[in-house]
Amino acid sequence: MNPIRRASLLFILGCTLLGSLPIQAAESFITVASTTSTEQSGLFGYLLPLFERPSGIQVRVVALGTGQALDMARRGDADVVFVHDAAAEEKFVAEGYGVKRQEVMYNDFILVGPQDDPAKVAGGKDITEALKKIEASKSPFVSRGDKSGTHAAELRLWKAAGIDLEKSKSSWYRDTGSGMGPALNTAASLNAYILADRGTWLSFKNRQHLAIVVAGDKRLFNQYGVILVNPARHAHVKQAAGQQFIDWLLSETGQKAIAEYKIGGEQLFFPNARR
Amino acid sequence: MDALNAALGLVVGGDARLLGIIALSLRVSLSAVLLASLFALPFGALMAVRRFPGRRSLTVIINGFMGLPAVVVGLLVYLLLSRAGPLGPLGLLFTPTAMVIAQAMLVTPLLVALTRQIIADAWREYEELLHSLGASAFQATATLLWDARYSLFTVLLAGFGRAIAEVGAVMIVGGNIDGVTRVMTTAIALETTKGDLPLAMALGVILVALVLIINAFTFVTSSWAQRRFG
Repeated sequence: MNPIRRASLLFILGCTLLGSLPIQAAESFITVASTTSTEQSGLFGYLLPLFERPSGIQVRVVALGTGQALDMARRGDADVVFVHDAAAEEKFVAEGYGVKRQEVMYNDFILVGPQDDPAKVAGGKDITEALKKIEASKSPFVSRGDKSGTHAAELRLWKAAGIDLEKSKSSWYRDTGSGMGPALNTAASLNAYILADRGTWLSFKNRQHLAIVVAGDKRLFNQYGVILVNPARHAHVKQAAGQQFIDWLLSETGQKAIAEYKIGGEQLFFPNARR
Repeated sequence: MDALNAALGLVVGGDARLLGIIALSLRVSLSAVLLASLFALPFGALMAVRRFPGRRSLTVIINGFMGLPAVVVGLLVYLLLSRAGPLGPLGLLFTPTAMVIAQAMLVTPLLVALTRQIIADAWREYEELLHSLGASAFQATATLLWDARYSLFTVLLAGFGRAIAEVGAVMIVGGNIDGVTRVMTTAIALETTKGDLPLAMALGVILVALVLIINAFTFVTSSWAQRRFG
Protein backbone atom coordinates (compact mmCIF):
# COMPACT_ATOMS: atom_id res chain seq x y z
CA MET A 1 0.00 0.00 0.00
CA ASN A 2 1.49 3.32 -0.98
CA PRO A 3 1.70 6.09 1.62
CA ILE A 4 -0.96 8.29 0.01
CA ARG A 5 -3.55 5.53 0.02
CA ARG A 6 -2.61 4.57 3.55
CA ALA A 7 -2.99 8.15 4.69
CA SER A 8 -6.33 8.62 2.97
CA LEU A 9 -7.69 5.41 4.45
CA LEU A 10 -6.62 6.52 7.92
CA PHE A 11 -8.19 9.90 7.33
CA ILE A 12 -11.55 8.40 6.32
CA LEU A 13 -11.44 6.12 9.31
CA GLY A 14 -10.66 9.02 11.63
CA CYS A 15 -13.47 11.15 10.22
CA THR A 16 -16.02 8.44 10.65
CA LEU A 17 -14.99 7.83 14.23
CA LEU A 18 -15.06 11.53 14.99
CA GLY A 19 -18.46 11.67 13.35
CA SER A 20 -19.78 9.38 15.98
CA LEU A 21 -18.97 11.72 18.84
CA PRO A 22 -22.05 13.49 20.09
CA ILE A 23 -22.43 16.92 18.61
CA GLN A 24 -24.43 18.91 21.11
CA ALA A 25 -26.51 21.29 19.07
CA ALA A 26 -27.73 23.04 22.19
CA GLU A 27 -25.36 24.03 24.97
CA SER A 28 -27.88 23.01 27.55
CA PHE A 29 -30.57 20.41 27.40
CA ILE A 30 -32.80 18.46 29.73
CA THR A 31 -34.10 14.93 29.35
CA VAL A 32 -37.82 14.48 29.91
CA ALA A 33 -39.31 11.03 30.44
CA SER A 34 -42.82 11.21 29.13
CA THR A 35 -45.61 9.13 27.76
CA THR A 36 -46.36 7.94 24.28
CA SER A 37 -49.65 9.87 24.36
CA THR A 38 -48.01 13.30 24.67
CA GLU A 39 -45.38 12.52 22.04
CA GLN A 40 -47.54 10.69 19.53
CA SER A 41 -50.40 13.17 19.71
CA GLY A 42 -47.96 15.75 18.38
CA LEU A 43 -48.27 17.97 21.47
CA PHE A 44 -44.52 18.08 22.13
CA GLY A 45 -43.73 18.80 18.49
CA TYR A 46 -45.89 21.92 18.84
CA LEU A 47 -45.18 22.90 22.44
CA LEU A 48 -41.45 22.39 22.93
CA PRO A 49 -40.14 24.88 20.34
CA LEU A 50 -42.18 27.56 22.11
CA PHE A 51 -40.12 26.91 25.25
CA GLU A 52 -36.80 26.05 23.60
CA ARG A 53 -36.44 29.17 21.46
CA PRO A 54 -36.70 31.83 24.17
CA SER A 55 -34.97 29.79 26.90
CA GLY A 56 -32.16 28.24 24.84
CA ILE A 57 -32.76 24.95 26.65
CA GLN A 58 -33.26 21.94 24.43
CA VAL A 59 -35.87 19.47 25.70
CA ARG A 60 -35.08 15.86 24.81
CA VAL A 61 -38.15 13.69 25.18
CA VAL A 62 -37.99 9.94 25.63
CA ALA A 63 -41.54 8.66 25.15
CA LEU A 64 -42.48 5.53 27.10
CA GLY A 65 -45.43 4.21 29.07
CA THR A 66 -45.96 5.98 32.40
CA GLY A 67 -44.64 3.01 34.42
CA GLN A 68 -41.49 2.78 32.30
CA ALA A 69 -41.00 6.55 32.31
CA LEU A 70 -41.08 6.60 36.12
CA ASP A 71 -38.65 3.66 36.25
CA MET A 72 -36.29 5.50 33.91
CA ALA A 73 -36.40 8.51 36.24
CA ARG A 74 -35.84 6.27 39.29
CA ARG A 75 -32.59 5.14 37.66
CA GLY A 76 -31.63 8.79 37.24
CA ASP A 77 -31.87 8.83 33.47
CA ALA A 78 -34.24 11.80 33.28
CA ASP A 79 -34.44 15.29 34.76
CA VAL A 80 -38.19 15.70 34.55
CA VAL A 81 -41.11 13.27 34.27
CA PHE A 82 -44.33 14.28 32.55
CA VAL A 83 -46.86 11.45 32.87
CA HIS A 84 -50.47 10.54 33.67
CA ASP A 85 -51.01 8.15 36.54
CA ALA A 86 -51.65 10.15 39.72
CA ALA A 87 -51.33 7.15 42.07
CA ALA A 88 -47.99 6.04 40.60
CA GLU A 89 -46.72 9.64 40.53
CA GLU A 90 -47.54 10.21 44.20
CA LYS A 91 -45.78 6.96 45.07
CA PHE A 92 -42.75 8.16 43.08
CA VAL A 93 -42.64 11.41 45.08
CA ALA A 94 -43.30 9.64 48.40
CA GLU A 95 -40.34 7.32 47.75
CA GLY A 96 -38.16 10.40 47.46
CA TYR A 97 -37.40 10.14 43.75
CA GLY A 98 -39.34 13.24 42.83
CA VAL A 99 -39.40 16.71 44.38
CA LYS A 100 -43.07 17.56 43.96
CA ARG A 101 -45.95 16.56 41.70
CA GLN A 102 -47.76 19.36 39.95
CA GLU A 103 -50.82 19.07 37.74
CA VAL A 104 -50.45 20.47 34.24
CA MET A 105 -53.38 19.52 32.05
CA TYR A 106 -56.01 16.87 31.45
CA ASN A 107 -57.87 15.17 28.70
CA ASP A 108 -59.99 12.08 28.83
CA PHE A 109 -59.97 8.42 28.03
CA ILE A 110 -62.46 7.09 25.54
CA LEU A 111 -63.77 3.63 24.79
CA VAL A 112 -63.13 2.90 21.14
CA GLY A 113 -64.82 -0.01 19.40
CA PRO A 114 -66.03 -1.51 16.16
CA GLN A 115 -68.73 0.41 14.33
CA ASP A 116 -71.01 -2.67 14.18
CA ASP A 117 -70.79 -2.71 18.01
CA PRO A 118 -71.27 -6.42 18.95
CA ALA A 119 -71.56 -5.60 22.69
CA LYS A 120 -74.20 -2.88 22.07
CA VAL A 121 -72.48 -0.19 24.12
CA ALA A 122 -72.32 2.70 21.64
CA GLY A 123 -73.67 6.04 22.73
CA GLY A 124 -73.65 5.15 26.43
CA LYS A 125 -72.10 7.43 29.04
CA ASP A 126 -71.48 4.84 31.75
CA ILE A 127 -68.09 3.23 31.23
CA THR A 128 -68.58 0.46 33.81
CA GLU A 129 -71.89 -0.59 32.22
CA ALA A 130 -70.10 -0.77 28.86
CA LEU A 131 -67.29 -2.90 30.27
CA LYS A 132 -69.83 -5.26 31.87
CA LYS A 133 -71.55 -5.72 28.49
CA ILE A 134 -68.23 -6.36 26.76
CA GLU A 135 -67.32 -8.99 29.33
CA ALA A 136 -70.77 -10.60 29.24
CA SER A 137 -70.76 -10.85 25.43
CA LYS A 138 -67.09 -11.88 25.32
CA SER A 139 -66.49 -9.24 22.66
CA PRO A 140 -62.83 -8.85 21.72
CA PHE A 141 -61.03 -6.29 23.90
CA VAL A 142 -57.43 -5.15 23.46
CA SER A 143 -55.47 -4.11 26.55
CA ARG A 144 -52.22 -2.14 26.62
CA GLY A 145 -50.86 -4.49 29.27
CA ASP A 146 -47.70 -2.40 29.64
CA LYS A 147 -48.08 -0.69 33.04
CA SER A 148 -48.75 2.61 31.33
CA GLY A 149 -51.08 5.26 32.69
CA THR A 150 -53.79 4.10 30.31
CA HIS A 151 -53.32 0.49 31.39
CA ALA A 152 -53.59 1.50 35.05
CA ALA A 153 -56.78 3.43 34.29
CA GLU A 154 -58.22 0.44 32.41
CA LEU A 155 -57.55 -1.89 35.35
CA ARG A 156 -59.19 0.58 37.76
CA LEU A 157 -62.27 0.70 35.53
CA TRP A 158 -62.62 -3.11 35.33
CA LYS A 159 -62.41 -3.17 39.10
CA ALA A 160 -65.04 -0.42 39.39
CA ALA A 161 -67.27 -2.51 37.11
CA GLY A 162 -66.97 -5.35 39.61
CA ILE A 163 -65.21 -7.65 37.16
CA ASP A 164 -62.36 -9.84 38.31
CA LEU A 165 -60.22 -9.91 35.17
CA GLU A 166 -57.99 -12.70 36.41
CA LYS A 167 -61.04 -14.97 36.55
CA SER A 168 -62.98 -13.89 33.50
CA LYS A 169 -60.32 -13.11 30.95
CA SER A 170 -59.99 -15.64 28.19
CA SER A 171 -59.37 -15.36 24.45
CA TRP A 172 -61.66 -12.29 24.19
CA TYR A 173 -59.21 -10.22 26.29
CA ARG A 174 -55.95 -9.58 24.39
CA ASP A 175 -53.10 -8.40 26.55
CA THR A 176 -50.71 -6.87 23.99
CA GLY A 177 -47.96 -5.36 26.14
CA SER A 178 -47.53 -2.45 23.75
CA GLY A 179 -47.83 1.31 23.45
CA MET A 180 -51.05 3.16 22.63
CA GLY A 181 -50.39 3.29 18.88
CA PRO A 182 -49.47 -0.40 18.44
CA ALA A 183 -52.42 -1.42 20.65
CA LEU A 184 -54.75 0.69 18.47
CA ASN A 185 -53.26 -0.95 15.36
CA THR A 186 -54.03 -4.35 16.92
CA ALA A 187 -57.56 -3.31 17.88
CA ALA A 188 -58.15 -2.00 14.36
CA SER A 189 -57.15 -5.28 12.77
CA LEU A 190 -59.06 -7.43 15.30
CA ASN A 191 -62.07 -5.07 15.25
CA ALA A 192 -61.91 -5.01 19.03
CA TYR A 193 -62.80 -2.63 21.84
CA ILE A 194 -59.99 -0.67 23.48
CA LEU A 195 -59.57 2.04 26.07
CA ALA A 196 -57.52 4.89 24.56
CA ASP A 197 -56.57 8.44 25.44
CA ARG A 198 -58.29 11.00 23.27
CA GLY A 199 -55.05 12.70 22.18
CA THR A 200 -53.55 9.59 20.62
CA TRP A 201 -56.91 8.63 19.09
CA LEU A 202 -57.31 12.03 17.41
CA SER A 203 -53.88 11.83 15.82
CA PHE A 204 -54.17 8.10 14.98
CA LYS A 205 -54.49 7.46 11.27
CA ASN A 206 -55.11 3.72 10.87
CA ARG A 207 -58.64 3.61 12.36
CA GLN A 208 -60.24 1.24 9.84
CA HIS A 209 -63.69 0.35 11.31
CA LEU A 210 -63.11 1.75 14.80
CA ALA A 211 -65.00 4.68 16.29
CA ILE A 212 -65.54 6.24 19.73
CA VAL A 213 -68.34 4.31 21.46
CA VAL A 214 -68.29 5.64 25.04
CA ALA A 215 -67.02 9.02 26.25
CA GLY A 216 -67.90 11.66 28.79
CA ASP A 217 -68.03 9.54 31.98
CA LYS A 218 -66.24 11.52 34.68
CA ARG A 219 -64.34 8.38 35.66
CA LEU A 220 -62.61 8.69 32.27
CA PHE A 221 -60.81 11.84 33.43
CA ASN A 222 -57.10 11.72 32.59
CA GLN A 223 -54.82 14.03 34.57
CA TYR A 224 -51.24 14.76 33.53
CA GLY A 225 -48.65 15.71 36.12
CA VAL A 226 -45.07 16.95 35.99
CA ILE A 227 -42.33 16.17 38.51
CA LEU A 228 -38.72 17.29 38.87
CA VAL A 229 -36.48 14.32 39.63
CA ASN A 230 -35.01 14.77 43.09
CA PRO A 231 -31.43 16.15 42.90
CA ALA A 232 -30.89 14.87 46.44
CA ARG A 233 -31.30 11.36 45.01
CA HIS A 234 -29.47 11.91 41.72
CA ALA A 235 -26.88 14.67 41.95
CA HIS A 236 -26.49 15.11 38.18
CA VAL A 237 -30.14 16.15 37.70
CA LYS A 238 -30.30 19.51 35.93
CA GLN A 239 -32.32 21.18 38.62
CA ALA A 240 -32.35 24.78 37.36
CA ALA A 241 -33.15 23.99 33.73
CA GLY A 242 -35.67 21.29 34.70
CA GLN A 243 -37.43 23.66 37.10
CA GLN A 244 -37.44 26.36 34.43
CA PHE A 245 -39.27 23.98 32.08
CA ILE A 246 -41.80 23.03 34.75
CA ASP A 247 -42.38 26.68 35.67
CA TRP A 248 -42.96 27.49 32.02
CA LEU A 249 -45.49 24.64 31.62
CA LEU A 250 -47.42 25.96 34.62
CA SER A 251 -47.11 29.61 33.59
CA GLU A 252 -49.81 31.51 31.75
CA THR A 253 -47.81 31.31 28.51
CA GLY A 254 -47.30 27.56 28.77
CA GLN A 255 -50.88 26.86 29.75
CA LYS A 256 -52.16 28.98 26.87
CA ALA A 257 -49.90 27.15 24.42
CA ILE A 258 -51.25 23.77 25.60
CA ALA A 259 -54.83 24.97 25.06
CA GLU A 260 -53.99 26.20 21.57
CA TYR A 261 -52.82 22.81 20.30
CA LYS A 262 -55.54 21.38 18.08
CA ILE A 263 -55.93 18.60 15.55
CA GLY A 264 -58.67 19.09 12.98
CA GLY A 265 -60.06 21.98 15.02
CA GLU A 266 -60.39 19.83 18.14
CA GLN A 267 -58.54 20.71 21.34
CA LEU A 268 -56.52 17.75 22.69
CA PHE A 269 -55.40 18.84 26.14
CA PHE A 270 -57.00 21.16 28.68
CA PRO A 271 -54.61 23.12 30.93
CA ASN A 272 -55.53 23.02 34.63
CA ALA A 273 -52.42 24.02 36.57
CA ARG A 274 -53.11 25.45 40.00
CA ARG A 275 -51.22 28.67 40.38
CA MET B 1 -46.67 1.83 -5.46
CA ASP B 2 -48.05 4.50 -3.14
CA ALA B 3 -45.12 3.90 -0.82
CA LEU B 4 -42.68 4.33 -3.72
CA ASN B 5 -44.33 7.58 -4.75
CA ALA B 6 -44.40 8.86 -1.19
CA ALA B 7 -40.73 7.89 -0.73
CA LEU B 8 -39.80 9.71 -3.93
CA GLY B 9 -41.77 12.75 -2.78
CA LEU B 10 -39.94 12.78 0.56
CA VAL B 11 -36.51 12.51 -1.06
CA VAL B 12 -37.17 15.07 -3.79
CA GLY B 13 -38.74 17.41 -1.24
CA GLY B 14 -35.40 17.28 0.60
CA ASP B 15 -37.06 17.60 4.01
CA ALA B 16 -34.29 18.77 6.35
CA ARG B 17 -35.46 16.57 9.23
CA LEU B 18 -35.54 13.49 7.02
CA LEU B 19 -32.03 14.25 5.74
CA GLY B 20 -30.87 14.62 9.34
CA ILE B 21 -32.35 11.24 10.23
CA ILE B 22 -30.72 9.59 7.20
CA ALA B 23 -27.36 11.20 8.01
CA LEU B 24 -27.52 10.02 11.62
CA SER B 25 -28.41 6.47 10.56
CA LEU B 26 -25.38 6.35 8.27
CA ARG B 27 -23.07 8.00 10.81
CA VAL B 28 -24.04 5.63 13.62
CA SER B 29 -23.98 2.41 11.62
CA LEU B 30 -20.81 3.15 9.64
CA SER B 31 -18.98 4.19 12.80
CA ALA B 32 -20.19 1.08 14.59
CA VAL B 33 -18.96 -1.22 11.83
CA LEU B 34 -15.58 0.52 11.55
CA LEU B 35 -15.13 0.51 15.32
CA ALA B 36 -16.06 -3.16 15.51
CA SER B 37 -13.82 -4.07 12.56
CA LEU B 38 -10.74 -2.55 14.24
CA PHE B 39 -11.06 -5.32 16.80
CA ALA B 40 -12.96 -8.00 14.91
CA LEU B 41 -10.79 -8.38 11.78
CA PRO B 42 -7.46 -8.94 13.59
CA PHE B 43 -9.14 -11.04 16.25
CA GLY B 44 -10.96 -13.23 13.71
CA ALA B 45 -7.75 -13.70 11.75
CA LEU B 46 -5.77 -14.60 14.87
CA MET B 47 -8.42 -17.16 15.79
CA ALA B 48 -7.89 -18.77 12.40
CA VAL B 49 -4.09 -18.78 12.58
CA ARG B 50 -3.20 -19.35 16.22
CA ARG B 51 -3.89 -22.59 18.02
CA PHE B 52 -4.89 -22.21 21.63
CA PRO B 53 -6.91 -24.21 24.15
CA GLY B 54 -10.65 -23.63 23.82
CA ARG B 55 -10.43 -22.44 20.24
CA ARG B 56 -13.24 -24.71 19.04
CA SER B 57 -15.59 -23.71 21.86
CA LEU B 58 -14.83 -20.04 21.25
CA THR B 59 -15.60 -20.50 17.55
CA VAL B 60 -18.95 -22.10 18.36
CA ILE B 61 -19.82 -19.37 20.86
CA ILE B 62 -18.95 -16.56 18.46
CA ASN B 63 -20.82 -18.23 15.60
CA GLY B 64 -23.80 -18.54 17.89
CA PHE B 65 -23.59 -14.88 18.88
CA MET B 66 -24.11 -13.92 15.24
CA GLY B 67 -27.77 -14.38 16.10
CA LEU B 68 -27.60 -12.11 19.16
CA PRO B 69 -30.97 -10.37 19.54
CA ALA B 70 -30.56 -6.61 19.11
CA VAL B 71 -32.95 -5.90 21.96
CA VAL B 72 -30.78 -7.90 24.38
CA VAL B 73 -27.67 -5.96 23.36
CA GLY B 74 -29.69 -2.76 23.77
CA LEU B 75 -30.77 -3.73 27.25
CA LEU B 76 -27.21 -4.65 28.24
CA VAL B 77 -25.79 -1.34 27.00
CA TYR B 78 -28.69 0.50 28.64
CA LEU B 79 -27.90 -1.07 32.00
CA LEU B 80 -24.20 -0.24 31.55
CA LEU B 81 -24.78 3.40 30.58
CA SER B 82 -27.77 4.17 32.80
CA ARG B 83 -27.00 6.63 35.61
CA ALA B 84 -27.53 3.78 38.04
CA GLY B 85 -25.13 1.57 36.02
CA PRO B 86 -21.32 1.24 36.15
CA LEU B 87 -20.68 3.71 33.31
CA GLY B 88 -23.50 6.06 34.34
CA PRO B 89 -21.28 9.03 35.28
CA LEU B 90 -20.18 9.36 31.64
CA GLY B 91 -23.70 10.54 30.80
CA LEU B 92 -23.69 8.70 27.47
CA LEU B 93 -27.21 7.29 27.59
CA PHE B 94 -29.53 8.66 24.87
CA THR B 95 -26.64 9.92 22.72
CA PRO B 96 -25.47 8.77 19.26
CA THR B 97 -22.31 7.45 20.96
CA ALA B 98 -24.43 5.01 22.98
CA MET B 99 -26.01 3.85 19.74
CA VAL B 100 -22.59 3.32 18.14
CA ILE B 101 -21.48 1.26 21.15
CA ALA B 102 -24.60 -0.92 21.01
CA GLN B 103 -24.40 -1.54 17.28
CA ALA B 104 -20.65 -2.21 17.46
CA MET B 105 -21.31 -4.88 20.11
CA LEU B 106 -24.09 -6.30 17.96
CA VAL B 107 -21.99 -6.69 14.80
CA THR B 108 -18.68 -7.76 16.40
CA PRO B 109 -19.54 -11.49 16.61
CA LEU B 110 -20.71 -11.44 12.99
CA LEU B 111 -17.48 -9.78 11.80
CA VAL B 112 -15.26 -12.08 13.88
CA ALA B 113 -17.04 -15.24 12.73
CA LEU B 114 -16.99 -14.38 9.01
CA THR B 115 -13.38 -13.11 9.14
CA ARG B 116 -12.26 -16.26 10.94
CA GLN B 117 -13.87 -18.43 8.27
CA ILE B 118 -12.32 -16.51 5.37
CA ILE B 119 -8.86 -16.38 6.93
CA ALA B 120 -9.02 -20.06 7.94
CA ASP B 121 -9.64 -20.99 4.30
CA ALA B 122 -6.76 -18.79 3.14
CA TRP B 123 -4.53 -20.20 5.91
CA ARG B 124 -5.05 -23.76 4.69
CA GLU B 125 -3.77 -22.64 1.30
CA TYR B 126 -0.78 -20.57 2.45
CA GLU B 127 0.25 -22.17 5.76
CA GLU B 128 3.26 -24.03 4.37
CA LEU B 129 4.41 -21.12 2.27
CA LEU B 130 4.23 -18.67 5.17
CA HIS B 131 5.98 -21.16 7.49
CA SER B 132 8.75 -21.70 4.95
CA LEU B 133 9.23 -17.93 4.76
CA GLY B 134 9.57 -17.89 8.55
CA ALA B 135 6.62 -15.54 9.08
CA SER B 136 5.49 -14.97 12.65
CA ALA B 137 1.83 -15.43 13.55
CA PHE B 138 1.45 -11.66 13.52
CA GLN B 139 3.03 -11.32 10.08
CA ALA B 140 1.00 -14.24 8.75
CA THR B 141 -2.22 -12.67 10.04
CA ALA B 142 -1.42 -9.33 8.47
CA THR B 143 -0.52 -10.96 5.15
CA LEU B 144 -3.66 -13.06 5.08
CA LEU B 145 -5.89 -10.11 6.01
CA TRP B 146 -4.36 -8.03 3.24
CA ASP B 147 -4.67 -10.89 0.80
CA ALA B 148 -8.35 -11.43 1.61
CA ARG B 149 -9.18 -7.71 1.62
CA TYR B 150 -11.79 -7.91 -1.10
CA SER B 151 -13.66 -10.73 0.62
CA LEU B 152 -13.47 -8.75 3.86
CA PHE B 153 -15.33 -5.90 2.17
CA THR B 154 -18.31 -8.22 1.94
CA VAL B 155 -17.90 -9.03 5.64
CA LEU B 156 -18.03 -5.32 6.48
CA LEU B 157 -21.13 -4.93 4.32
CA ALA B 158 -22.82 -7.79 6.14
CA GLY B 159 -22.03 -6.04 9.43
CA PHE B 160 -23.29 -2.72 8.11
CA GLY B 161 -26.49 -4.38 6.89
CA ARG B 162 -27.14 -5.85 10.32
CA ALA B 163 -26.38 -2.54 12.05
CA ILE B 164 -28.47 -0.20 9.94
CA ALA B 165 -31.45 -2.56 9.87
CA GLU B 166 -31.77 -3.14 13.62
CA VAL B 167 -34.22 -1.21 15.74
CA GLY B 168 -34.22 -3.00 19.10
CA ALA B 169 -30.88 -1.72 20.39
CA VAL B 170 -30.96 1.88 19.16
CA MET B 171 -34.51 2.32 20.41
CA ILE B 172 -33.50 1.43 23.96
CA VAL B 173 -30.13 3.18 24.23
CA GLY B 174 -30.98 6.13 21.97
CA GLY B 175 -34.52 6.75 23.18
CA ASN B 176 -35.69 7.84 19.69
CA ILE B 177 -35.33 11.51 20.67
CA ASP B 178 -36.46 13.83 17.89
CA GLY B 179 -33.46 15.55 16.30
CA VAL B 180 -30.92 13.87 18.57
CA THR B 181 -31.12 10.08 18.37
CA ARG B 182 -33.88 9.37 15.88
CA VAL B 183 -32.66 7.11 13.05
CA MET B 184 -34.46 5.53 10.11
CA THR B 185 -35.55 2.36 11.87
CA THR B 186 -36.83 4.11 15.00
CA ALA B 187 -38.62 6.68 12.84
CA ILE B 188 -40.32 3.83 10.97
CA ALA B 189 -41.33 2.25 14.29
CA LEU B 190 -42.71 5.60 15.48
CA GLU B 191 -44.79 6.22 12.35
CA THR B 192 -46.14 2.67 12.61
CA THR B 193 -47.24 3.31 16.20
CA LYS B 194 -48.96 6.50 15.04
CA GLY B 195 -50.86 4.39 12.53
CA ASP B 196 -49.36 6.34 9.62
CA LEU B 197 -48.56 3.18 7.71
CA PRO B 198 -48.01 4.84 4.29
CA LEU B 199 -45.35 7.19 5.74
CA ALA B 200 -43.75 4.30 7.63
CA MET B 201 -43.61 2.27 4.43
CA ALA B 202 -42.16 5.22 2.49
CA LEU B 203 -39.38 5.55 5.08
CA GLY B 204 -38.81 1.80 4.75
CA VAL B 205 -38.41 2.14 0.99
CA ILE B 206 -35.85 4.92 1.50
CA LEU B 207 -33.88 2.80 3.98
CA VAL B 208 -33.76 -0.18 1.61
CA ALA B 209 -32.72 2.08 -1.27
CA LEU B 210 -29.95 3.55 0.90
CA VAL B 211 -28.57 0.12 1.76
CA LEU B 212 -28.69 -0.88 -1.91
CA ILE B 213 -26.82 2.26 -2.96
CA ILE B 214 -24.08 1.65 -0.40
CA ASN B 215 -23.72 -1.97 -1.51
CA ALA B 216 -23.57 -0.95 -5.16
CA PHE B 217 -20.98 1.73 -4.38
CA THR B 218 -18.81 -0.74 -2.46
CA PHE B 219 -19.15 -3.32 -5.21
CA VAL B 220 -18.10 -0.87 -7.92
CA THR B 221 -15.16 0.59 -5.96
CA SER B 222 -13.90 -2.78 -4.87
CA SER B 223 -14.00 -4.27 -8.38
CA TRP B 224 -12.34 -1.12 -9.71
CA ALA B 225 -9.62 -1.39 -7.08
CA GLN B 226 -9.22 -5.09 -7.81
CA ARG B 227 -8.62 -4.36 -11.50
CA ARG B 228 -6.42 -1.35 -10.82
CA PHE B 229 -4.27 -2.69 -8.00
CA GLY B 230 -4.79 -6.44 -8.34
